[in-house]
Amino acid sequence: MAERGTQGMRPFVAKWALVAVPYLWSLMFFLAPFLIILKISLSQTAIAMPPYTPVINTLGEFWSKLTDFSLDNYMFLGEDPLYYSAYLSSLRIALISTVLLLIVGYPIAYGMARAPKSVRNALVMAVILPFWTSFLIRVYAWIGILKPEGLITIALQGLGILGPGEQIHIYNTETAVFIGIVYSYLPFMVLPLYAALEKLDATLLEAAADLGCPPMKSFWVITFPLSLPGVIAGCFLCFIPIVGEFVIPDLLGGSGTLMIGKTLWAEFFNNRDWPVSSAVAVVLLIILVVPIVIFQNQQKKA
Amino acid sequence: MNKTTSWFNVTSLVLGFAFLYVPILILVVYSFNASKLVTVWGGFSSRWYVELLHDEAIIDAAWVTIRVGILSASFATVLGTMAALVLDRYNKFHGRALFSGMVYAPLVMPEVITGLSLLLLFVAVGFDRGFWTVVIAHTTLTMCFVAVVVQSRLVTLDRSLEEAALDLGCPPVKTFFLITLPLILPGVVAGWMLAFTLSLDDLVIASFNTGPGATTLPIKIYSMVRLGVTPEINAISTILISVIAVGVIVASVISHRSQVEKEKAERAVFLAG
Repeated sequence: MAERGTQGMRPFVAKWALVAVPYLWSLMFFLAPFLIILKISLSQTAIAMPPYTPVINTLGEFWSKLTDFSLDNYMFLGEDPLYYSAYLSSLRIALISTVLLLIVGYPIAYGMARAPKSVRNALVMAVILPFWTSFLIRVYAWIGILKPEGLITIALQGLGILGPGEQIHIYNTETAVFIGIVYSYLPFMVLPLYAALEKLDATLLEAAADLGCPPMKSFWVITFPLSLPGVIAGCFLCFIPIVGEFVIPDLLGGSGTLMIGKTLWAEFFNNRDWPVSSAVAVVLLIILVVPIVIFQNQQKKA
Repeated sequence: MNKTTSWFNVTSLVLGFAFLYVPILILVVYSFNASKLVTVWGGFSSRWYVELLHDEAIIDAAWVTIRVGILSASFATVLGTMAALVLDRYNKFHGRALFSGMVYAPLVMPEVITGLSLLLLFVAVGFDRGFWTVVIAHTTLTMCFVAVVVQSRLVTLDRSLEEAALDLGCPPVKTFFLITLPLILPGVVAGWMLAFTLSLDDLVIASFNTGPGATTLPIKIYSMVRLGVTPEINAISTILISVIAVGVIVASVISHRSQVEKEKAERAVFLAG
């Protein structure tokens, strides 16, 4: 920069602005909201219940409000077993779905990576395309298929597996939620797996085969370990958002499926209890901080 | 590869893609169903599309959604490209770790958290909820996706062209617009499209941050779905799917063609040299 110093302050200003603009935007609309949510989760329900008055009218008032906080909302979460079991159930559903996604996604990614080079890009495109279409629509598509009088029942009746009056009950169960999640998140699992598997050196497998290693064994000894970065990336990319998933359990799971995203939504929109829903969000965030940090470190290495 | 594994590969691809596409196909087919019952086929009809055209609430919602999408995607593309440049170019400045954290975290952050926390910010500062709060919310969410897409393009960029321009006395800002931006343009365009479709798609964050007069299409569809499955929803879905599919295919054909032309030019240069 020294030899261009004669140009004055403009490069410096440009550089400064380049950092400052996105930085300030993120601080204001991503980080600050978290501080506010934390603050509201610590305020007394009576103060923050709608009709909700702004917390920050003046800066002085803001500081005085910061000092008066209570743990009531968190105590409430601890006392009511509903929240406790909703968190556990979310984690369980997210864990099972991630494993299912891996089982379903791995063969697809493997097949794509082994396909002739000329069609690989088209296959990647074909995996991404459904991801571009609306999430809500893709979940909605399954309602018509899974409903008791839906297409699965009709198909099974047509095949004679089900009697004329019989229906299949998947809709409004956890099974439907698993189907919806696997369907919606599949591209997030397949693409990182494919990226890892495509880089794999095929000569390693040939060498193993030449030395008499059976295909199954060489898969577990060579292919799978080398695809591990993709496995990890795919699992985190799916697991973290699934824990807080709302649309799928709401539309496919019915009242029997307990997930924390649904609980938060109901607290906020139905019960209008903002402090409790803030507390629910803060606890959810605390649960997810560890996987998010691991995911970010993974991203930086990649 | 021996025959058993390739048979396995083909089967898993066929099953996998059937799983991805059959539900969408069924949805599209039933949008042309004459019967009001979604699961009973009553013959071909386009009546649900005609009914859509007369449904003002849906047309209003579609219009709001498109405006939110274009505005938020454009803001997000500018901010996300800036963020990508910062992450790619400046390795050491105060708060870089926080910055990269803020850029990557929304990628995996559950939408209910992002949506609720932004809403509380707007309420706390006394900002009325409506069209602009949804735009700000979507900009914040999608700029991260733009940053990731653009950054992957920046990593592969040949820096020597920029350095040559700078050495010849071209000011940095001009260098960016003359050299860097044209080179990363495919990434920037892809980022804009991704941001636009994410905005078009979002239900949760928009629900928290919307206000009177700013009902987006996903919010409208969601409230319709809650009341039951109707062929009208299938018809809207089909329109949305076709618009996006055409957009994505056109974009990929254009980027493929520019790639082919670039390779051709490079080959010509190589042969001439």
